[in-house]
Amino acid sequence: MHEISLCQSVLKIIEQQAAEQNYSRVKTVFLEVGRLAAVEPEALRFGFDAVMKGSIADGARLEIIDVIGQAICLQCKTRVEVKQRFDACPKCGAVALLIEQGEELRIKELEVE
Amino acid sequence: MCLDCGCGSDQIKIDNESHACASRRVNIEIDILAANNNYAAANRRFLAEKNILCLNLLSSPGSGKTTLLTRTITDLKNTHAMTVIEGDQQTSNDAERIRATGVQAIQINTGKGCHLDAHMIAHALQKLQPHDDSLLFIENVGNLVCPAGFDLGESYKVVILSVTEGEDKPLKYPDMFHAANVMIINKIDLLPYVEFDLDRCIEYARRVNPDIEVIQLSASKGEGLAQWYDWIELRRDHLGKSIGAHGAPYGESV
Repeated sequence: MHEISLCQSVLKIIEQQAAEQNYSRVKTVFLEVGRLAAVEPEALRFGFDAVMKGSIADGARLEIIDVIGQAICLQCKTRVEVKQRFDACPKCGAVALLIEQGEELRIKELEVE
Repeated sequence: MCLDCGCGSDQIKIDNESHACASRRVNIEIDILAANNNYAAANRRFLAEKNILCLNLLSSPGSGKTTLLTRTITDLKNTHAMTVIEGDQQTSNDAERIRATGVQAIQINTGKGCHLDAHMIAHALQKLQPHDDSLLFIENVGNLVCPAGFDLGESYKVVILSVTEGEDKPLKYPDMFHAANVMIINKIDLLPYVEFDLDRCIEYARRVNPDIEVIQLSASKGEGLAQWYDWIELRRDHLGKSIGAHGAPYGESV
């Protein structure tokens, strides 16, 4: 369950950015979470509320931006959607997919005051 | 909708002007693991400057990580300087097992934490002060899930799977096998007694990671250890040439 430590990293980034971007309160956190990032959104939500308590993001809303997995097949050169790492190419069946998208774990934006 | 903040309050007018809304959006675009990756990059630089080969050992509990490590140390300690960082949630039993071999070891207890991170390793490196040209083994917390996502600055990730586990673990825990550079299949002396399809296991591992290398051995009986030691020697010889490509899963330049 490393979602808690990920939330702690989120809080650290929020606090570091507060001075730089001149805000004192965070109302919403927009988080990009790739489907291949090995993170459970529900566990993330659970950890988020607990970790933000008492901070400048206490009570903030967590908005998870779902990023689908995308890969290019090295065999048939088609760009395809992948649900798991070991998916075979749905077009040609080759197990030679190069993941291009879906591993994101990034704070995209904040709504602040 | 309020044009300042999108709060839906544009009905409210003060002196015929829309309300002054303090809320605004700020662009961040920061990777959550960026802090860890920065520490990892610093560790990697430190190790490269000292020409140290650092192997991060990963597995589920009970795969024989510590047995493999103590055996490796016993066999190589006369020819190589080495140090060990042990990660466990509780106890210093493993570090004590390592120290009993005469090699310097540091125990990190993660408490409730499920993985080692690069910041912990940075502190451990300061304490250990490993010698130039030495070997550094990091025995991660026994867990095939969380440690996969945390770059420690190691040269290579070594995942260990024993034949008493399921052969489909590479598919069940694909992130770990995807991140690893080499898979060690341990306890092969038990193959006659267990239902473990070796070929299928390797095929599953290659499915999530076509480049993964495979070494089969028995840490307790000694079979296959020579290949493991050869692998270590080869990586030592290539140190500096290949670390950037193999050891930087998040794409930092080294």
